[in-house]
Amino acid sequence: MKFLSRFYIAIIFLLLYAPILVVILFSFNESGSLNSFTGFSAQWYADLFRNDEALTALKNSLILAVSSSVLATVIGTLAAFSISRSKNKYYKRTMETVSNIPMMNPDIVTGVSMMLLFVGVAQLLHAGSYLGFWTMLIAHTTFNLPYVILSVLPKFRQMDKSLTEAALDLGCTPVQTFFRVELPYISPGIVSGLMMSFTLSLDDFVISHFVSSPDFKTLPLYIYTQTAHEVKFSMYALCTLLIFAILILLIAVNVAGSLGERRARKKAVGYGMGGK
Amino acid sequence: MKKKSVFERVAAFPYVLWSAMFIIGPLLFVLFFALTDSTGAFTPDNILSLPSYAHTFGISLGFSLIATTVCLLIGYPLAYCMSRMSERARSVLTILLMLPMWISLLIRTYSLMALLDNGGLVNSLLEHLGFDRITFIGTEGAVILGMIYDFLPYMVLPIYTSMTKLDGRYLEAASDLGCNSIQTLFKVILPLTMPGVISGVTMVFVPSISTFYISQKLGGGVFDLLGDTIERQFQLADTYYIGAAISLVMMILILISLAVMNKFSDGGEDIIV
Amino acid sequence: MKRKLYLSVAVLLLVLVSVLAFSSCAEEESKEVTLYVYNWGEYISDGSEGSLDVNRAFEDYCKEELGLNVSVNYSTFSSNESMYAKIKSGSASYDVIVPSDYMIERMVKDDLLMPLELDRLENYRYIDESFKGENVYYEGDSGNTYSVPYFYGMVGVIYNTGIVDENDEQIGSWDLMWDEQYKGNILQFNNSRDAFGTALYKLGYDVNDYNEERWREALDELLTQKEIVQGYVMDEIFNKMKSDSAAIAAYYAGDYLSMYEENDKLSFFYPEEGTNIYVDAMCIPKGSQNYDLAMEYIDFMCREDIAIENALYTYYASPLTTVVNNPEYREAMAEVHEDAIDILYGETANNVKTQAYLNLSPDGIRGLNILWEELKAKSSIGNGIYIGCGVILGVLALLAVFHVVKKRRWGKLYD
Repeated sequence: MKFLSRFYIAIIFLLLYAPILVVILFSFNESGSLNSFTGFSAQWYADLFRNDEALTALKNSLILAVSSSVLATVIGTLAAFSISRSKNKYYKRTMETVSNIPMMNPDIVTGVSMMLLFVGVAQLLHAGSYLGFWTMLIAHTTFNLPYVILSVLPKFRQMDKSLTEAALDLGCTPVQTFFRVELPYISPGIVSGLMMSFTLSLDDFVISHFVSSPDFKTLPLYIYTQTAHEVKFSMYALCTLLIFAILILLIAVNVAGSLGERRARKKAVGYGMGGK
Repeated sequence: MKKKSVFERVAAFPYVLWSAMFIIGPLLFVLFFALTDSTGAFTPDNILSLPSYAHTFGISLGFSLIATTVCLLIGYPLAYCMSRMSERARSVLTILLMLPMWISLLIRTYSLMALLDNGGLVNSLLEHLGFDRITFIGTEGAVILGMIYDFLPYMVLPIYTSMTKLDGRYLEAASDLGCNSIQTLFKVILPLTMPGVISGVTMVFVPSISTFYISQKLGGGVFDLLGDTIERQFQLADTYYIGAAISLVMMILILISLAVMNKFSDGGEDIIV
Repeated sequence: MKRKLYLSVAVLLLVLVSVLAFSSCAEEESKEVTLYVYNWGEYISDGSEGSLDVNRAFEDYCKEELGLNVSVNYSTFSSNESMYAKIKSGSASYDVIVPSDYMIERMVKDDLLMPLELDRLENYRYIDESFKGENVYYEGDSGNTYSVPYFYGMVGVIYNTGIVDENDEQIGSWDLMWDEQYKGNILQFNNSRDAFGTALYKLGYDVNDYNEERWREALDELLTQKEIVQGYVMDEIFNKMKSDSAAIAAYYAGDYLSMYEENDKLSFFYPEEGTNIYVDAMCIPKGSQNYDLAMEYIDFMCREDIAIENALYTYYASPLTTVVNNPEYREAMAEVHEDAIDILYGETANNVKTQAYLNLSPDGIRGLNILWEELKAKSSIGNGIYIGCGVILGVLALLAVFHVVKKRRWGKLYD
């Protein structure tokens, strides 16, 4: 029985990893073909680092991920604070339902709806080219917000109310209380929200696909364009590097606490499993 | 009772404004575009033209239904086996399971296509072994396989999480009361991990029904899923009005299926906290 | 908990610092002008495999000759229709675009292009006379000139002699693309005009005169073909044909040559029923912010050395006499494929029955759209899928009934 279960696990993981391993292996292939390995070579990596377009895309991805995750964290934390303080059940419910919308909707609907918003507003204002960094920032912040709220809100709920009250009684203004008492207490929630938004934004393709312009291409968009044309073998090198970067990040984060699990659970909340 | 401070009141203001503008606003625009024509006048034509996409709705539902079921059938035993492993093996397996979730779907789908292509590694191997080549790309099987491959980890992880949270005493009690292992599985473990199953199912079903990259690469664009149709209206043509109508109906369809599923899961236990 | 916090903060700080470093690099060149170019994929010499990176060369040229700090933002499209949708929606603005003939006509009618002052272009005089004046069939009778030819060519059928029998009688005809024995090995265009073109040429119908009855017949042809195609692709075709992943495909002659370079099992013919001849030309869309610079770019592309670089990268037929008559160019092409010059410019090319696409009537555009959607939406699904879905739905229904019954029973028990 034990052997059977190990065998089963091995088989499934082997199948799950086969294509990824093939990409990693063949990124070192001399001949740049995917059906026969002719010799070891790092030339595709050299090609990649000479490729301005890929490097610009990486830069754009990082800029966007940092700015959208920070923006979402600020707005989301304040919102979580207000939701946790509110006594109005109706208000709470509405806020939570609204923040679940971008999580429940398929990405393509979120992307399309964002695009229609920008198209519609641009038509009203008779504006010219309107897609670019700002529309990407808005879209990314929007889909990051629920994840931040869901990371931070439980922390506010767990927090002992008397701490805040004590601070207020001792003469702190509400703003001071927020920054000196509450913020330090909920900071683990903020950090995990921030990290999650950062990675989600880095990874997003579908939503960006609808609200981007050639001005501001992120890494996933670059990969998409690559696979829609003739694939240069430096793309396999790029994918390999990305896979290793993710692996290292994942191990690092997992050592300190499991982020991925939380992502999955947060998603589950979005699909209506929680939010009660 | 204390009066609400000004700070508490304004704290939510940015979010309220943001969600009104960028969460509710876009949905209203979808509604608006779905119900108007290029002159901005109200018309039910977009919605009425949807029956011509009945086949697309049908195969999208069918493909994602099959993919979800297969994921469940593969994923549930996998989660069960994983949860039975030693502590150390489990932590390694968890990372291995999460890694594909973080690797871009584009990369994973494309590499699967490169592997299965007529001139890909699988077919080269088959040829070496003296078999005929098999055409995978451009078949419905390849599209479904792509969905299963891409989304399987999303099925396994929540089920696995709910299994590791299972209180071992329930299992002991069951065996004390004379259940054999199969009875324990169906009478104890399955009902208690139902919330994990439900969230796994949604996490596979929703992206499957709305995908376009998988069907483009693995299906060769032969099988038009809802995602493909929507993407085409917005990226390759300027028929936003039809695209908005399809998006609207798909959104409603998904909300209904989520609601039905949640109803049958008895509300489900909260596995989150 | 603390460790996690430190770690996360450290990671984020690292990212922030690197991003700042990146953006400070960008600031140093802040005074630059960006020129947005929107071209077909694989249609310019891009510096890969030792070729000249033409866009970088243009930037250098601007810096050295004109004293301008220019950066070229180059992006690609895969069909005229998708390019048109982007331009028409106004969601992004471009300075130079490269549509094909019929699309130029449509864009001129829609008032989306700027007329070009040809006398400002130093290298325009080297463009072959057959693309000028009276012969500019693709701009309608607008009286202005809106475009400068970039490359031209014809559509043909590429096939893999390792898979397709060389004595197959259908070689030479569009029928090859409908041959059932190559099921799963055929690739069709993923854009409405070219895909319907193949069917219309096969049937011997006019590709420019929209007639619903005839075009529906073409749709039926394409639906029959859909059963046996592996996919609808554009530039993905390169990898597929090079790696023997597909055997038969209709594509542009120049691209055949670049595929042949890496896979010498590939062969090519122009179908005898007739095929499409096209000209892709550079235009400046209305809304361009850099008209003068765009003109510079167009002129630069027509410069002999640059045009030769491009022609030797893409292997398309060049409209420039300076290129065609250049002995080194001809020699280099002959090295790629012994018949290269013949396929592009010679006897073979001249003896083909060709018809260029013209802009369709508004009814035609709408009709083609509907037919294309129909083609895309229809697909025949194997019985396995129906059976699978049926079984799953059946089991689900059983479970639901079971669930309700159980609930009732328990309910009664508690009553």
